[in-house]
Amino acid sequence: MSERNSDALPISIRGVTKTYAGMHALDAVDLEVRSGEFLTLLGPSGSGKTTLLMVLAGFTRPDRGSLRFGDREVIRTPPHQRDLGMVFQSYALFPHMCVADNVGYPLKIRGMPKAEMAERIEAALDTVQLGGFGERGISQLSGGQRQRVALARAIVFEPRILLMDEPLSALDKKLRDRMQIELRHLHDKLGMTTVYVTHDQREALTMSDRIAVIDHGRLMQLGTPEEIYDRPANRFVADFIGESAFLPATVSNGRVHCAGQPLATRDAPPDAEQLLVMLRPERLRLLGSAAASGSAGDVQINRFPAEVEDLVYQGDSFLLYARLDDGTSLSVRDVVRRGTLDDLPKVGERITLGLHAGDTVVVADREGPA
Amino acid sequence: MNAVAPTPAAGEVDNSAGLRRDQLRERLALFGLCSPALLIVLVILVIPVGWLFYVSFLGADGSFSLENYARMVERKSYLRIFETTFVVSLTTTAICIFIGYPFAYFLSQLPRRVANLCLITVLLPFWTSLLVRTYAWLVLLQKRGLINDWAIDLGLWDEPLKFVHNMTGTLIGMVHIMLPFLVLPLYSSMSSIDRNLLKAAANLGASPSRAFWTTFFPLSLPGLFAGSLIVFVLCLGFFVTPAVLGGGKVIMVSMKIASNIELFVNWGAASALGVVLLVMTVAILWVAARFLKLEQLGGGH
Repeated sequence: MSERNSDALPISIRGVTKTYAGMHALDAVDLEVRSGEFLTLLGPSGSGKTTLLMVLAGFTRPDRGSLRFGDREVIRTPPHQRDLGMVFQSYALFPHMCVADNVGYPLKIRGMPKAEMAERIEAALDTVQLGGFGERGISQLSGGQRQRVALARAIVFEPRILLMDEPLSALDKKLRDRMQIELRHLHDKLGMTTVYVTHDQREALTMSDRIAVIDHGRLMQLGTPEEIYDRPANRFVADFIGESAFLPATVSNGRVHCAGQPLATRDAPPDAEQLLVMLRPERLRLLGSAAASGSAGDVQINRFPAEVEDLVYQGDSFLLYARLDDGTSLSVRDVVRRGTLDDLPKVGERITLGLHAGDTVVVADREGPA
Repeated sequence: MNAVAPTPAAGEVDNSAGLRRDQLRERLALFGLCSPALLIVLVILVIPVGWLFYVSFLGADGSFSLENYARMVERKSYLRIFETTFVVSLTTTAICIFIGYPFAYFLSQLPRRVANLCLITVLLPFWTSLLVRTYAWLVLLQKRGLINDWAIDLGLWDEPLKFVHNMTGTLIGMVHIMLPFLVLPLYSSMSSIDRNLLKAAANLGASPSRAFWTTFFPLSLPGLFAGSLIVFVLCLGFFVTPAVLGGGKVIMVSMKIASNIELFVNWGAASALGVVLLVMTVAILWVAARFLKLEQLGGGH
């Protein structure tokens, strides 16, 4: 398994549409996956992300559109001639074969000589840290080990494109966190173009070069994790990725106003009729009680007076629920210091929340792309 | 699971004697539940089979003798009857597999609702009397029956073909009767096979037929074995259909047993035939069970 970045293939998806009983599962999706990148399709269940992956694999036949791997048009190529690796959500390991036979399956199909096959199987198992497990039966493996076997089987024939359909969803949280890092390292080492499907936003943010947020069969936003999280293109993306409360905002004289007050923002507001200020729990700060912050203070801090509704201890952090004067509920998250919540305001107390201009993001109040 | 050492007041905390008693009572209650079934098995299975064994070793004069078994070895006709029985059973099973396997596969690939609907087509004849179905075949297949009439009208053949009162008729009837016994277990085992396995095989480069033979087929074998075994064993002792559609030309063991009793009133000979059939069936089941176990050792669910 040497460096093979140059072998990776770009994927070009153009106008791919699929309807089920009149409903658009995929609505004219255009997406360019760069050669060798780790791209995640992220969306809620029923968003069409899995359908798109199945179109890539050839298991779902779209109504129209074009799909290219490199220069090759493959939209009508049957699955077994697409030559791409895939890790299924259920792993789909062959229960009547041992680990080595599972991993060796694609090589056997390709008619590889026995000796070379054994070598490749061993190398693939080593790559996923399952060296020496070849003789085991599938039923003897734990969930994490099955996941690794599925991965080894998908990469052993050195495909230039790797697809993964929520491969970590069946694992417990700790194992999942570790596998996220491992999968990412593996991708960096093997360098194949990877398309990864998940509904777990943290997983997407952790692993991806770029994320394609999908909803209702449409591409909502395509960007790096930072762009998706910090510069959401619309309300859906802002709401789906991370937690956020929203306040309606308006533009007058080129400045953003919220609740009658001017607002310092990081970027110029998007060109839209309806605007929303995005308030993320971890970006808001407690500025102390409302009475104590009478002065104008730093212009770079936007202030929101509020009343404490509830305070929840969560171990590493606390979550403070507050209500703004216009009735909007929001939350503030911060680390617990000195192992106590005693210093924090009590329920019913008046407080002022601060949001740095650099954290003040205004999004268009749309559920879809412009 | 706590590592608690026996405390001084063991009598109060221990309770082990009481707990053991409770467990024993529970087991007895469970055993009590199956006692009616056990009684029935004893009365209508163990006792008659025991009596069968006993009678088969009685000679014509009522003393102990092996003449009933000796007759089977000496007379050619008996050998031919066993041969016919096995040929009919094997052929029926083979045709059932040939028709039933693709059908069960088709069912297993349908959405569950549609599959259940299609299963009714299998079950409906199942609910109809066996005798009615057998005579229905007679109506269809006889010399001046529907099939011959229509085929001659359509010019497919000129002379009426002989479909009944021979091996062909017997096989047609038996396959029809036996098919559900193969399809049902086969379908249930096929529908438990993960559909993603075929997709995975295709993704890894296997053509549709290669994917089928390397993944789906081996995983469906336990169901196929179970279904074929049921069909084969049922065929061995089958009476009505070969009697009606065979027209006396296809004589199976069950028919010989019937004639031994009805015509010759020779209970000893009939019993001996029954015993041999039973022993053969048990032997086949035993061999098949070993086969199935080997299958399971190779993997599978």
